Amino acid sequence: MTAPATAPPAFEGENLRRSYQADGVAVEALRGVDLCIESGEFVAIIGPSGSGKSTLMHLLGCLDRPTSGTLRVGGVDVATLSEAGLAELRNETIGFVFQSFHLLPRTSALDNVALPLVYRGVGAAERRTRARAALTAVGLGHRLTHRPAQMSGGEQQRVAIARALVGDPKVVLADEPTGNLDTRNGAEVMDILAGLNADQGVAVVLVTHEPEVAARASRRIHVRDGRIEQDAR
Amino acid sequence: MRAREAFLMATEALRVNRLRSALTMFGVIVGVLAVVVLVAIGTGAKDAVESEIAGLGSNIILVVPGQIGVGALPTQSRLGLADAAHVRRAVGDPSRVTVSVASGETMRVGRNEAFVTITGTDENIPNIFDRPLAKGRHLSETDVDTRRRVAVLGSEVASRLFGDIDPIGRQATISGARFRVVGVYETVGATFGVARDQEVHIPVTTAQRLLGLSRINGIAIGATGPDEIEPLRRRVVAALEERHPGERFSAVTQTQLLGTIGSVLGMLTGVLTAIAGISLLVGGVGVSNIMLVSVRERTREIGLRKALGARQRDVLTQFLIEAVLLTTIGGVLGILVGVGGSLLIDAVTPVPATITLWSVLLAFGVSVAVGVFFGVAPARRAARLDPVAALRAE
Ligand SMILES: Nc1ncnc2c1ncn2[C@@H]1O[C@H](COP(=O)(O)OP(=O)(O)OP(=O)(O)O)[C@@H](O)[C@H]1O
Ligand SMILES: [Mg+2]
Repeated sequence: MTAPATAPPAFEGENLRRSYQADGVAVEALRGVDLCIESGEFVAIIGPSGSGKSTLMHLLGCLDRPTSGTLRVGGVDVATLSEAGLAELRNETIGFVFQSFHLLPRTSALDNVALPLVYRGVGAAERRTRARAALTAVGLGHRLTHRPAQMSGGEQQRVAIARALVGDPKVVLADEPTGNLDTRNGAEVMDILAGLNADQGVAVVLVTHEPEVAARASRRIHVRDGRIEQDAR
Repeated sequence: MRAREAFLMATEALRVNRLRSALTMFGVIVGVLAVVVLVAIGTGAKDAVESEIAGLGSNIILVVPGQIGVGALPTQSRLGLADAAHVRRAVGDPSRVTVSVASGETMRVGRNEAFVTITGTDENIPNIFDRPLAKGRHLSETDVDTRRRVAVLGSEVASRLFGDIDPIGRQATISGARFRVVGVYETVGATFGVARDQEVHIPVTTAQRLLGLSRINGIAIGATGPDEIEPLRRRVVAALEERHPGERFSAVTQTQLLGTIGSVLGMLTGVLTAIAGISLLVGGVGVSNIMLVSVRERTREIGLRKALGARQRDVLTQFLIEAVLLTTIGGVLGILVGVGGSLLIDAVTPVPATITLWSVLLAFGVSVAVGVFFGVAPARRAARLDPVAALRAE
């Protein structure tokens, strides 16, 4: 399934800047980024450590706002949204996958996956049904009641992917999703993300240091010193 | 997010940290418990005193020489039987006036002896006080006029000296003088620590000779109704002060006594409750403290929830409910223990304790309010966490 030509781009950034005040000194993490990611794209962001990849991901994920520049997510200028509006946007259009999984430790896989739906006001029964389906889709239909500590790293990351998927997002943002996994588990996670992109048309934007991971994306954006150095399709 | 979800999340968080939650609640439990128990004791004491005063009889005015009040000089004034006669004329109805002169003495019957309060009085006692007889008769006018050595015993004196034997018509000695028992009062209990069941009433004339006194301690008057009390009080005081120029006399009514004692006890209860309130406040600070610790510990969780779509309001609600739940559960436990403790105190100690609905409702309301008040700061801190920084936190 490909998005209709009229659909707005998933992300549209113009001259995005983000600077931090650290000990009175301004650190410019992003120094004017222009980029457009269409819906349904599969993009890898690569670059040296400290180049601003995570900062860019946080902006795209609406966890943070740019110091200057314009960012439109699904055609909506995030500067026009309130705190609650941003939260709603995150909840409905974006799924996050983190390097360190970020699962709630004392909560079952099923309830971890269902969490985004809690903030959407979905009822308990429907949450369970959808969470079970999402876990089954990542091959964890047999791990519903397990807690994070009872699962391998690969399984935990698959739970996190199921959580990103459960709300039918338009985009999945993954910051080094395979960074804490061995090659085999990393490959498995990449298979799921690639399948998601190919089968359901969900745009995937991931940050990685591994060339073989980046190679699976259809577009690679190289970041250096807070700027896009190279954008290769 | 629905309220139900927020509630479930909060109970889950409290359940996970069971021990910590219990310890935090402890402060609130103690505070609420103290409020409930102290209010119960204060109310119980007030009720007890009020029923003691009411138990004396109704519409009573007590006349004593001098001025009543803190800091009043010791009086030189004296009341005598002639003054009582004067008061009788002022009142108009002699049967509504009685006198008393009292002294502690030992009373003997054979080998038995008892320390009793000898009260010299007259035949008008039953017209003014609630003093029902168990047996025999009251003192009579003739007893007083002819200075008879007859006695009416309080119930405890009777049982101490005579046991199961019927005392009526039997002899007892006070300071070597023989008295004949003519009546026994029913048990009436104590008033202001005065054990009225340990009293022995004898004619006032007999008592003055026995004790070697010419004065009396006081005069009691029974008004015909509440409306008569105040004018009667003024009339009697005026009559006495006219008779003894330059001297002062006081007449206290039951209503005045009730008012004075009520306000003293009310103040005492207020002070105790305030002290208990402080311990509740300390409990609230404990809740605030633990919630701040909890927010810090769960920084990553908060960041994650925000990334997944939680609004500031959702996070605020979650932590606020947690704090309110802590204090409310603590409050309910405190109320239960407090009510139980008050009932126990009332049952096994001489201290009276009365549970009032308002104190229970107040304690509940205050524990909810303490949760909101002390939960707001930690909950706001949680709600305002920057999600990026929170997700990075260790
Ligand atoms: N909260 C912050 N305060 C101050 N400086 C920050 C903050 N966050 C990021 N930076 C700085 O911004 C720059 C970019 O950081 P960012 O995390 O985006 O890099 P990155 O490309 O993700 O690196 P890595 O590959 O190591 O994850 C770095 O120099 C970093 O020190
Ligand atoms: Mg990074």
